[in-house]
Amino acid sequence: MQDFVQHLINGVSLGSIYALIALGYTMVYGILKMINFAHSDVYMVGAFAAYYFARWLGIENNPGFSTLLTLIVITMICCSLLGLVIERLAYRPLRNSPKLNVLITAIGVSLFLQYSGQVVFGADPKVFPEVMKDFVIFSIGVVEIRSFDVTVLGVGIVAMLGLQFLLFKTKIGRAMRAVSANPMVASLMGVNPDRIIAFTFIVGSSLAGVGSVLVGMKYPKIDPLMGMMIGMKAFVAAVLGGIGNVGGAVLGAMIMGLSEEMVVAYLSSTYRDALAFGILIVILIFKPAGLLGKYSVEKV
Amino acid sequence: MKKLLLALILVLPLISGCTKKENEIVIGEYDSLTGSDATFGLSSNKGVRLALDEINAAGGVKGKKISLVTLDDQGKNEEAASAVTRLITQNNVVAVIGGVASGRSKAAAPIAQSNKVPFVSPASTNPDVTKAGDYVFRVCFIDPFQGMVMAKFAKENLKIKKAAILRDVKNDYSVGLADVFAAEFKKGGGEIVADLSYQAGDIDFKAQLTQIRSKNPEAIYVPGYYTEVGLIAQQARQLGVKVPLMGGDGWDSDKLYEIGKEAINGNYYSNHYTTESTDPAVTEFIKKFKAKYNETPDALAALGYDAAKILVAAIERAPDLSGKAIRDELSKTKDFPGVTGKISLNENRDAVKSAVVIQVDGNNRKFVTTITP
Repeated sequence: MQDFVQHLINGVSLGSIYALIALGYTMVYGILKMINFAHSDVYMVGAFAAYYFARWLGIENNPGFSTLLTLIVITMICCSLLGLVIERLAYRPLRNSPKLNVLITAIGVSLFLQYSGQVVFGADPKVFPEVMKDFVIFSIGVVEIRSFDVTVLGVGIVAMLGLQFLLFKTKIGRAMRAVSANPMVASLMGVNPDRIIAFTFIVGSSLAGVGSVLVGMKYPKIDPLMGMMIGMKAFVAAVLGGIGNVGGAVLGAMIMGLSEEMVVAYLSSTYRDALAFGILIVILIFKPAGLLGKYSVEKV
Repeated sequence: MKKLLLALILVLPLISGCTKKENEIVIGEYDSLTGSDATFGLSSNKGVRLALDEINAAGGVKGKKISLVTLDDQGKNEEAASAVTRLITQNNVVAVIGGVASGRSKAAAPIAQSNKVPFVSPASTNPDVTKAGDYVFRVCFIDPFQGMVMAKFAKENLKIKKAAILRDVKNDYSVGLADVFAAEFKKGGGEIVADLSYQAGDIDFKAQLTQIRSKNPEAIYVPGYYTEVGLIAQQARQLGVKVPLMGGDGWDSDKLYEIGKEAINGNYYSNHYTTESTDPAVTEFIKKFKAKYNETPDALAALGYDAAKILVAAIERAPDLSGKAIRDELSKTKDFPGVTGKISLNENRDAVKSAVVIQVDGNNRKFVTTITP
């Protein structure tokens, strides 16, 4: 029983990491109806930005809440700048071309970032600075809840609520929804779609930045290909919950994290990645719009 | 016209690289200078260069200087194969010093074999590597031996009856060590309470560790590479697993402590040599290595050094520079006083020598005991 509870905690903690990244996928898809495959590599660049800034500012051996906050803010800025550049140079020129072109471009940008990352940062894994002390907050028997897990989950929930607020309670959120519904009509109503889309990339990419600092804190090994698997899983989570739906992304991520954990615990770790894609296939067959998504015909 | 000129400029260095200088013996080396286990390749390369510099400073071999061509395999099997092909066909090397990882050696050794170019691997411990043919040698012991060493150490020194295994299923090396460990450990009445797996590249191991925790083993055998082992150690301690972790020479890197931090302290692994040795050959080597690179050599550096020394000794003894002559002399290597012990090559072209067990203590490595075959 204690083990089962421990597995639950591990699963939720893993799920909250997927959630942070899945939110970025879902945001961009919701507004632009495109899958930004480069998202997970923006996340990778964020981790390296945090790594280099921590060294540069001399806060790498100075764990604490202020260090965490500083690094999160810095990576958010770096990632949103990168997101803006990608949008401006790779996606905007293709705004009116077929969806497939944009999709392939996104994969191209992703590979470009991965492999130039290996040139710039080196392919050898780096050790992420210690940004916060990990301690036990709460324990029953051998089951422990640790500060890292709580922080990651907390940030995930805050990010989700923040996004909901942004989308449904603010003026810019209304503009985003308008662009999502129909960019042409939105522009007739005085909304500048280009500006709104750029803003979407800022928000999505800065979420990736937050994710990268939290993952780096929890699993202090970063390398230029670190975004690949986690990005895939987060993408599956977003599709599972209903891509374009903020709550769905978090729900999907939790399901992913928990089921992965349970598969490794009670079946075999070899099935871990197979499961993620198995789920994706099953969902696409039986509920193509995802758990919380609305069904609409989409031409890719 | 411009394009033609550009093409010429690009091709010229390649052509000039092929021309052989008369007063030089060219040895090839390929290694993982980048990639996820790059510290292995970089260390080994430093050892090789140190050995060859010494030899050249002392006048070279057969009155000729030795020059080294090093190619990067990026930690990929297919790159290793093409690197070895390039060394043999373009650089016309007389012999190849192979890479560190067994998978890469398995890809590259058959190419050296079919070209009849002697191939010496410094650190590929998988048994199958030298099965590529009679031109393939290694100066390190093989996996079954390492697995046996740790099983023996667990039973005799740590007095352990129940052990768990956490292996990297994607990695031949890890699977080999884990299998032998399990077999050896059970032989003397020991019990393997859990045998779980992960895959290189994973970052979350808590599910496996939680399951291992519930079986209450007295030690966990994790014969993986340092990148994952560091994270495994941390997560084990986070889950309150306090029993020692044990591993093989894949742990031997300074990054192990950087990634694992406090959590990795006090754990044991088998290795090829120890920096605490008082053997003059070892102390001399460490002194020279520190003078040249300003760092303490790890086992891979020592093995690279030994591989180069043994190869050059064979070239010196050989009547000519043909692949066959060098091969014949290599196979006669006996009681060579290497940094990693007295090295004799057996009929399978594998080195026969003892292993040491090391305890992690920060960036230092504390010598615990020597275990002989």
